[in-house]
Amino acid sequence: MGQIEWAMWANEQALASGLILITGGIVATAGQFTQWYLGAYSIAAGVLVCLLEYPRGKRSKGSTMERCGQKYLTRVVKLFGPLTRNYYIRAFLHLGLAVPAGFLLATILGTACLAIASGIYLLAAIRGEQWSPIEPKPKERPQIGGTIKQPPSNPPPRPPAEARKKPSEEAAGVPTGGPQENPMPVNDEVV
Amino acid sequence: MGNWVVNHWFSVLFLVAWLGLNVFLFVHAFLSFEKATKYYYTRQILGSALAWARASARCLNFNRMLILLPMCRNLLSFLRGTCSFYRSTLRKQLDHNLAFHKLVGYMICLHTAIHIIAHLFNLERYSRSRQATDGSLASILSNLPHQENYSWLNPIQSPNTTVVYVTFTSIAGLTGVIITVALVLMVTSAMEFIRRSYFEVFWYTHHIFIIYFIGLGIHGLGGIVWGQTEESMAENHPHKCAEFFDKWDDPASYCKPPQFEGLPAESWKWILAPGILYIFERILRFYRSQQKVVITKVVMHPSKVLELQMHKHGFSMEVGQYIFVNCPSISSLERHPFTLTSAPEEDFSIHIRAVGDWTENLIRTFEQQYSPVPRIQVDGPFGTVSEDVFQYEVAVLVGAGIGVTPFASILKSIWYKFQHTDHNLKTQKAGHAALNFDKANDILTGLKQKTFFGRPMWDNEFSTIATAHPKLAVGVFLCGPQTLAKSLSKCCHQYSSLDPRKVQFYFNKENF
Repeated sequence: MGQIEWAMWANEQALASGLILITGGIVATAGQFTQWYLGAYSIAAGVLVCLLEYPRGKRSKGSTMERCGQKYLTRVVKLFGPLTRNYYIRAFLHLGLAVPAGFLLATILGTACLAIASGIYLLAAIRGEQWSPIEPKPKERPQIGGTIKQPPSNPPPRPPAEARKKPSEEAAGVPTGGPQENPMPVNDEVV
Repeated sequence: MGNWVVNHWFSVLFLVAWLGLNVFLFVHAFLSFEKATKYYYTRQILGSALAWARASARCLNFNRMLILLPMCRNLLSFLRGTCSFYRSTLRKQLDHNLAFHKLVGYMICLHTAIHIIAHLFNLERYSRSRQATDGSLASILSNLPHQENYSWLNPIQSPNTTVVYVTFTSIAGLTGVIITVALVLMVTSAMEFIRRSYFEVFWYTHHIFIIYFIGLGIHGLGGIVWGQTEESMAENHPHKCAEFFDKWDDPASYCKPPQFEGLPAESWKWILAPGILYIFERILRFYRSQQKVVITKVVMHPSKVLELQMHKHGFSMEVGQYIFVNCPSISSLERHPFTLTSAPEEDFSIHIRAVGDWTENLIRTFEQQYSPVPRIQVDGPFGTVSEDVFQYEVAVLVGAGIGVTPFASILKSIWYKFQHTDHNLKTQKAGHAALNFDKANDILTGLKQKTFFGRPMWDNEFSTIATAHPKLAVGVFLCGPQTLAKSLSKCCHQYSSLDPRKVQFYFNKENF
């Protein structure tokens, strides 16, 4: 279990909790339940949690799968610097956000789930994990024929491989380029 | 489109049947609680939320019954064995057990959401009608005295009781919250990203399902859904007496106050049989893993690949099957699947690549030559589609990275079968494309020179095969990444002829 980055699971749990808070809040507000203002709070808290947790942090080992469209939110979350990088702060923030929602039945499930997420973040923080943004890689221009390691060294049209091998180069074992007789005149057209 | 139907008709039928049953159960339960006279008075307080809650509960029970079954690997293997006379398309469905398990899981999440929302409304309405003083039927019903056992309807006993208090002091409420939290934990740890990167988190957390099922069995014991008793309906039929609710207390009145009883728990009836089957499955797995495994040969290959050749009494396998391996000295509870790379004609072997904690520890343990060889426990073998390779006259096997392992088994077996002139072998030609991503050496042939330059142009390959074998069924087998599966699957559809007598490409994918 040594390599587990708890923050990754905490992130999934917190995102799920945010959605549950929003749903519970909508039910309480729309149904005009008793103390429905707690439901309205819960929607706001849920949205905040979801926005904070949507951009996945970078794994310390291996490649990380980005969530769809997360790069815009990554920029925003990155702006807060240590506030969002540090998982202790996140753990206590989530715990704090979860408490008021615990007083309304419709959102109490969100509280429980967010509290668990907060606990896992605390564990991650104790183990020294940090949130680092996934930076967009500069787009590499696809090299044409990049997967072909040993492209043919003669231009087309080429005679079959047997005819190409010259006896003097066979000892070296490396196919060499060389002038060859083209059956028809070949024009090099530069556009 | 036609080829897709040929390959997938059974899946589609199965899914349609499953969805259809869900819809039927939902609608049936909904109507029975929405229309039944027994719940007339209950509906006066709760409205339709009662029916929504009960209908989703019925679907939840149905899906929970189903969810354990795809995980009974040994049972599925047994079914595969007994169904050998059925077409392979039917047996292939058993390989989609994981996909079905996930689908049923998502359906459970959906119905859980409906169920909880409906109950939130129920509790809120009970609370409101308890506090109401407008003398309506709902408030009279709520105020029925709690002194006797069956004469009350509203579980909220006093106007000051909060719904939170009621939830956490009732069996149904408390178990409901606990099992829902368990469900959320199971789902978040089972997200693809977590499962692939940190398998142990998923594996251990998912065992919370035990708490889920026990809590579920207890959930209905409180009998919190109240309906009128039969005897009471004779004395107080809602259609006749509901209007005259202000006269119920009058001894001279025709209508007596109604009596109620709770609905007995029914979840346990749905989950008892699958639960027992699953317990049996786990016992069987444990028993099989306890049998002695003798390691006959250990080979360290380049790029951190370990080959283990083993022997176990009574072990018999088919090509391309996989086993679960447990090494108690590394971790007593973890079991990981590995494809068998040997042919059935020899001692069984696996190739293990170092990709995470467990595999790296295993390889390090075997690298120490002077300490005793660690004990290995094996469960399996379990079936995959590779068994169907020999049914095709032409087979195209594509393996990427460590995905070459099942095909190593198949090729070795073909070699053995040719040696023994096995007449059951239909395969005349087997073409193998091995895509190796190792930088330095080719793990299969051990040469410095890579086996292949770049990626094959699948269109060319497929059209060549289609031209060479215009009247045959060609099986295309892949063990590799999803992107490769998509392009191969597309090629299969594209190059299969519309005429079923001409060349047909059947795409089979393995995944773990």
